[in-house]
Amino acid sequence: MSSAKLLFKGIDEPGLATLAVYERRGGYEALRKALALPPEAVLNELQASGIRGRGGAGFPSGRKASFLPKGTMDKYLVCNADESEPGTFKDRELMQKNPHLLIEGILIAAHAAGINRAFIYIRGEYEQQAQILDRALLEAEAAGYIGERILGSELSLSLVLHRGAGAYICGEETGLLDSLEGKRGNPRLKPPFPAIEGLYDGPTLINNVETLATFPAIVKMGGNAYANLGTETSTGTKLVSVSGHVQKPGNYEVELGTPSREIIYGMAGGPPPGREVKLWFPGGSSSPVLTAADLDLPYDFDSLAKAGSMLGSGAIIVVDDATPVLDVALKLAKFYRHESCGKCTPCREGTNWTVQMLERIERGEATPMDLDIMADVQEQIIGNCLCVLGDAMAMPIGSMIKKFRGEFEAHMEAMQIAGPAEEILAAHGAAH
Amino acid sequence: MRVRGLRRSRAATAPDAPALEEVLGPEGTERRRAAHREVPRYAHGSRVPGWDDAVDLDKEPAVVPDAAVVEVPRELRAEIEAAMARYPDSRSAALPALAAAQRHHGWCSPEAITQAACVMRLTPGYLVSVASFYDMFETEPAGRHSIYVCTNISCSLRGADELHAALLAATGDDADFNIRSFECLGACDIAPMASVDSVYIGPLELDDVEPLLADIRAGRPPLAAKQLLRRPSADAAAADYPRDGA
Repeated sequence: MSSAKLLFKGIDEPGLATLAVYERRGGYEALRKALALPPEAVLNELQASGIRGRGGAGFPSGRKASFLPKGTMDKYLVCNADESEPGTFKDRELMQKNPHLLIEGILIAAHAAGINRAFIYIRGEYEQQAQILDRALLEAEAAGYIGERILGSELSLSLVLHRGAGAYICGEETGLLDSLEGKRGNPRLKPPFPAIEGLYDGPTLINNVETLATFPAIVKMGGNAYANLGTETSTGTKLVSVSGHVQKPGNYEVELGTPSREIIYGMAGGPPPGREVKLWFPGGSSSPVLTAADLDLPYDFDSLAKAGSMLGSGAIIVVDDATPVLDVALKLAKFYRHESCGKCTPCREGTNWTVQMLERIERGEATPMDLDIMADVQEQIIGNCLCVLGDAMAMPIGSMIKKFRGEFEAHMEAMQIAGPAEEILAAHGAAH
Repeated sequence: MRVRGLRRSRAATAPDAPALEEVLGPEGTERRRAAHREVPRYAHGSRVPGWDDAVDLDKEPAVVPDAAVVEVPRELRAEIEAAMARYPDSRSAALPALAAAQRHHGWCSPEAITQAACVMRLTPGYLVSVASFYDMFETEPAGRHSIYVCTNISCSLRGADELHAALLAATGDDADFNIRSFECLGACDIAPMASVDSVYIGPLELDDVEPLLADIRAGRPPLAAKQLLRRPSADAAAADYPRDGA
């Protein structure tokens, strides 16, 4: 596959974050082209492109924008820049190096969906990136790209940068809306979906940074040309964050459908010499793990779904064969326990129980039956909460129990032999 | 002793790293361990303190602080009011207001919360409930310099847990430092990494701990050579793209 660059084209050009360089490189031309078209035509281009959301769920973005009601009313666009899925750092690099690309994408989306108020919800930890965006917003406003009757068109837009304060759950769209309204970031019941009743109970379009940053390219090249990139159901290019046990961790822009092996070995250099891939998360730590046997899967939405995992946010985390799977599972479970907002019982208690059971396994106090109970707890979480945070733990943990059961059992056995068995028995009141 | 965490990375990076207890003593360890900020659990494992206490029917309802009584520093008031003006609903400014109050007071102290509540016309209790939800708001006194060490999966695989322990050990009882192990900070390309007063640095080695602390103590930018903002993209094909604007 060729390496078409839409988002990362010359990403390291000095000064790209300034309006002058961005405009010299053809910046805001796509906005001019879009504003010359009626909103429906722009929406049609977005739908024709077939682009699917880059934040995690992979819903067709053009269709999502078309769900917003027509007519005159306050409509909101929220850019989800709360990039907190472990292993994901693509939006950070985009915002940091090319903030105007995001702003231009937001303007195009606003025009297409008839939106007049936009917010960027950036995670509080990205203070450096927020300052870069602050400067870019001031420049864009001074140049007339943000405000009333933009470039003489009908489009008027206010754009506010909102800083979060450190909560994974605020990356979930309805949790994000609550947080943006100044509340604790608890997810809401859906439906109603945000497109109908979102921010301040108004129609709201929520999109990931990367999705919005792709819109200028789609408008420039045309939806059909964009759809020719990638595969039939996973069109276009995707930023992939590769991290963990690879020699060259970083963001790589690939055409969807590129073999996973080429990304992990060809681009990111594969595991350190002498090591092999033991397992990998294809789409952030919330995606079910895959093994070395899956390395030849094409990296696109449908191939990964067929293999029982998901593309998610496009973050590949590689774990090599020297790392015990139990440690990875425990690290993950503790993260989700910490970040569970506590609203739904299966998630709040399920994550807590899972951590406790994994710790029992680690201490050598568990039996293989505990693995079945743990797998059962994961089943109880999936699909039973308002949002998918609990599922995001249950799916990878469940997949680890399934695929690495032998290793969990071997650990238990080793601990039984090594550990002071009588102490364990005494602890359980079973000593004579 | 059983080695916890992601074992190989520990062996690979810090075979002789001292255990935390050896450096800080049991009491100090306890205090610094609190830096992990686990979500607290109360009676019967509940996350709600006092959930099974009887209701106090005589308790007065919480009120919005009286603007005539509460003195709010001029700059803080201006900052919060400017934030409130940015949103269609002023309550959206709760997070920026708390952040401003924390910058001003060093942490979300009762005084800071009362002042923010007074300007926003909310009850302090409401703002406490918001502040306690978010990891970046300090609801207890904290050191001036925040060092968040990412100890999530990608960083741990590359030795973040040892880095965190080494930072705790090196700062000991120095109250100037607020060292926390943090969830994924979104910079796994420079793992293991840390955010020093919001400046991202990495990849860090155990040898970087002393120079880093020296930089912070001297008021210099932390490890200038390892700052994220100086790093080129890993995607060589993107960086090599001809820079002619075409």
